[in-house]
Amino acid sequence: MQVRMRVNGTEYVHEVEPRLLLVYYLREVVGLTGTNVGCDTSSCGACTVLLDGESVKSCTMLALQADGAEITTIEGLASPDGTLHPVQEAFRQNHALQCGYCTPGMVMAAVSLIREHPDLDEATVREGLEGNLCRCTGYHNIVKAVLAAASAMSAGVPA
Amino acid sequence: MIPAAFDYQRASTLDEALSILADRGEDAKLLAGGHSLLPLMRLRLATPAVLVDIGGLRDLSYVQDRGDEVAIGALTRHRDLQISELLLNQVPVLAHVAGQVGDPQVRHRGTIGGSLAHGDPASDLPAAILALDGTLCARGTSGERTIPATEFFTGFLETALRPDEVLTEIRVPKSPGKFSFKKFNRRAQDWAIVGVVALSDSPARVALVNMASTPVRASATEAALAAGAAANEAAQRASEGLEPPSDTNATTEFRRHLATVLVRRALEEVGL
Ligand SMILES: Cc1cc2nc3c(=O)[nH]c(=O)nc-3n(C[C@H](O)[C@H](O)[C@H](O)COP(=O)(O)OP(=O)(O)OC[C@H]3O[C@@H](n4cnc5c(N)ncnc54)[C@H](O)[C@@H]3O)c2cc1C
Ligand code: FES
Ligand code: FES
Repeated sequence: MQVRMRVNGTEYVHEVEPRLLLVYYLREVVGLTGTNVGCDTSSCGACTVLLDGESVKSCTMLALQADGAEITTIEGLASPDGTLHPVQEAFRQNHALQCGYCTPGMVMAAVSLIREHPDLDEATVREGLEGNLCRCTGYHNIVKAVLAAASAMSAGVPA
Repeated sequence: MIPAAFDYQRASTLDEALSILADRGEDAKLLAGGHSLLPLMRLRLATPAVLVDIGGLRDLSYVQDRGDEVAIGALTRHRDLQISELLLNQVPVLAHVAGQVGDPQVRHRGTIGGSLAHGDPASDLPAAILALDGTLCARGTSGERTIPATEFFTGFLETALRPDEVLTEIRVPKSPGKFSFKKFNRRAQDWAIVGVVALSDSPARVALVNMASTPVRASATEAALAAGAAANEAAQRASEGLEPPSDTNATTEFRRHLATVLVRRALEEVGL
């Protein structure tokens, strides 16, 4: 079946099998491998992307369910000149990653969370990232990074 | 983990969905948010031959004031319930419970209709709708009918919906009074091992998550409260008449204990 969606601003049209999951469409058909598959069972959030601006687990959607949608993956966050998105920059500054496997999903979940709660506090960040698991960092620096990004963005650093 | 192959049909209207269901009968399954169905399909615990995607029926996504009641379209996502001003003011328990389902990503996709139609006793929203004495509206090719929430859940993952019916709307009485939702789990994001929804509006109502093969009301507790019992006494009867499941998370006995403790806390929280 035909599926059409915009991914990071570029329009794609492909013939796909109905059972193709969005994450495999992004990784194997579009070729954007920044979005990771962790658990493959809807739990870990490594596969999180933005669908029309909201975080979703792309392993728990058919590519066909995203027909007509606007998808943003980790590759679509930085500016074309390479300037990192404030959330990416804050992850870097706050040492919010170790192995980095959970990071693309964490960053996308955080972008969506900050959009919904521009003035978030620590509790909101901790609860808001409950769909994303990290086996390395112990979460503290991730929480710090998200708080730092949110305050940078409300102080006007462009997203 | 890849689902078994299936035919995919996208319904652009409710009538179109109904006619596909009428044609394909038991082979077809509706797909709303997919957050219960797709995980089952990936484990091949469900292998429907046809998926009818109703996720695009945006006219079934709404929260509306209907006088004494609030009406909710079946395709309304958990996130939209969580932030609905109307619910926050008139049925705050529903906004709160919706905000405790899964995690933000799940709430961006999952719908109230899917949550009810799935009929999982471990789900949160069915217990809230039961406690509220809600009404469910279903449309089939032969017309529309309403089903009281108390008659909707018929067995484990089974409901009163027929294979050719679509759940279209859920109606709940305005209930601005005090409520409590206790969800006991061991890890963030998890399903409730036991959950309790309590409403102070008279008569006081209590519904339980994961305490039987369906979502249930704690009838013995409700009867005790109606007869004037105090919270602690009424809570002792939380699992009377119920056969709670036993699984890796909790034995039947532990669930009974949890229900007693959580019901007492919930009743105290709403001031009973
Ligand atoms: C990681 C994760 C964590 C979760 N945690 C929780 C939790 O803590 N608490 C909780 O309650 N739920 C939880 N859920 C489940 C979530 O709430 C689901 O979104 C919900 O149960 C199903 O809604 P859906 O729209 O995704 O339905 P779908 O998966 O699309 O459908 C579910 C079933 O309902 C049928 N159906 C759907 N819509 C209709 C309709 N309008 N009429 C008739 N039949 C219909 C489908 O055919 C299917 O059989 C979790 C899910 C995930 C993936
Ligand atoms: S890979 Fe999607 S949630 Fe883990
Ligand atoms: S940095 Fe390794 S899993 Fe999060």
